[in-house]
Amino acid sequence: MSKFKKRKGGGSPGISTASLPDIVFMLLFFFMVVTVMKNEDLMVDVSVPKADQLRKMEDRSLVSYLYIGKPLPQFQSEYGDAPQLQLNDKFSSIDRISYFIQAEKDALPEDKKDKMIASLRVDGDVTMGFVTDVKTELRKAGQLKVNYAAIHGEVGK
Amino acid sequence: MRLRKKKERVSTEINAGSMADIAFLLLIFFLVTTTINPEKGIAVKLPPWSDEEVDPTQLNTRNVFSVLINFNNELSVRKEPAELKDLRADAKEFIMNPTGREDLSESPDKAIISLKNDRGTKYEMYLQVYNELKGAYNELWDEEAARRFPGKKYEDLKRDQKKAIQKKIPLVISEAEPVDAQGTGK
Repeated sequence: MSKFKKRKGGGSPGISTASLPDIVFMLLFFFMVVTVMKNEDLMVDVSVPKADQLRKMEDRSLVSYLYIGKPLPQFQSEYGDAPQLQLNDKFSSIDRISYFIQAEKDALPEDKKDKMIASLRVDGDVTMGFVTDVKTELRKAGQLKVNYAAIHGEVGK
Repeated sequence: MRLRKKKERVSTEINAGSMADIAFLLLIFFLVTTTINPEKGIAVKLPPWSDEEVDPTQLNTRNVFSVLINFNNELSVRKEPAELKDLRADAKEFIMNPTGREDLSESPDKAIISLKNDRGTKYEMYLQVYNELKGAYNELWDEEAARRFPGKKYEDLKRDQKKAIQKKIPLVISEAEPVDAQGTGK
């Protein structure tokens, strides 16, 4: 009995926080690894449609992005609210695509040049006329591997 | 004596109590900047550019599954109005023609899916239709894979096995130049 009493009298020791930094560092490293720093600011509003036949793109370094959508509100006074094409970090006209593709190809190592994928990140509300023109330019530029960006979801709802 | 005392104090350990705070700060920074963005999409291979357009309507109409989307995002399949939800099943039936019907494709490798849209069609609708057509082929490939190699999915097969299936059921989605019914031009 006396033994029990003694323990109670000692009061509860606080939980040791010595391992807290380790836990936090573990989380920190996880996020550092999964983080992809966005190197370009989106100037167009893109919410990609839903689809369910998606493939993951294995190598991000092979992917070049073409954004199509309405300009964001702060750019609308200058560019209007008709859909625009964004290449790298500025609005571009459609005939710049072949230069863009060439520049992106030049940046890749020799053995990966023909594996490049052009990812079209197109807003769901853009009309096909614009998208078809972009596709035609891509075909003319010889960039035939294309990816229609989409998010996973039920179709037809 | 005083000097000695000071020296002893300097050699005490650095307090690591603030380490957690620093780590938390960095952690929160990375939490905020992280975008686990969906790097997924429908992979397509565009046909090479040529000035003369292939017109699928010139081919034997039995083998052509024409899908049209107009500027109101309405669907028509083989000149009949259709619903998006039936498209995948219809396309599968057309390609395989399991009951040997006269008006469906002669064999899977002769089947051509012709997709035509209007310049005013919404991209969302187009992509959903494309998704359904691709889905039809993916399901057929899976079925064929299960038939040839029981218990396996198309994705798990080796390269030459995939090739063999693709030879039997080749994916042919031909996209015609869009029409411009509203006269929107560019």
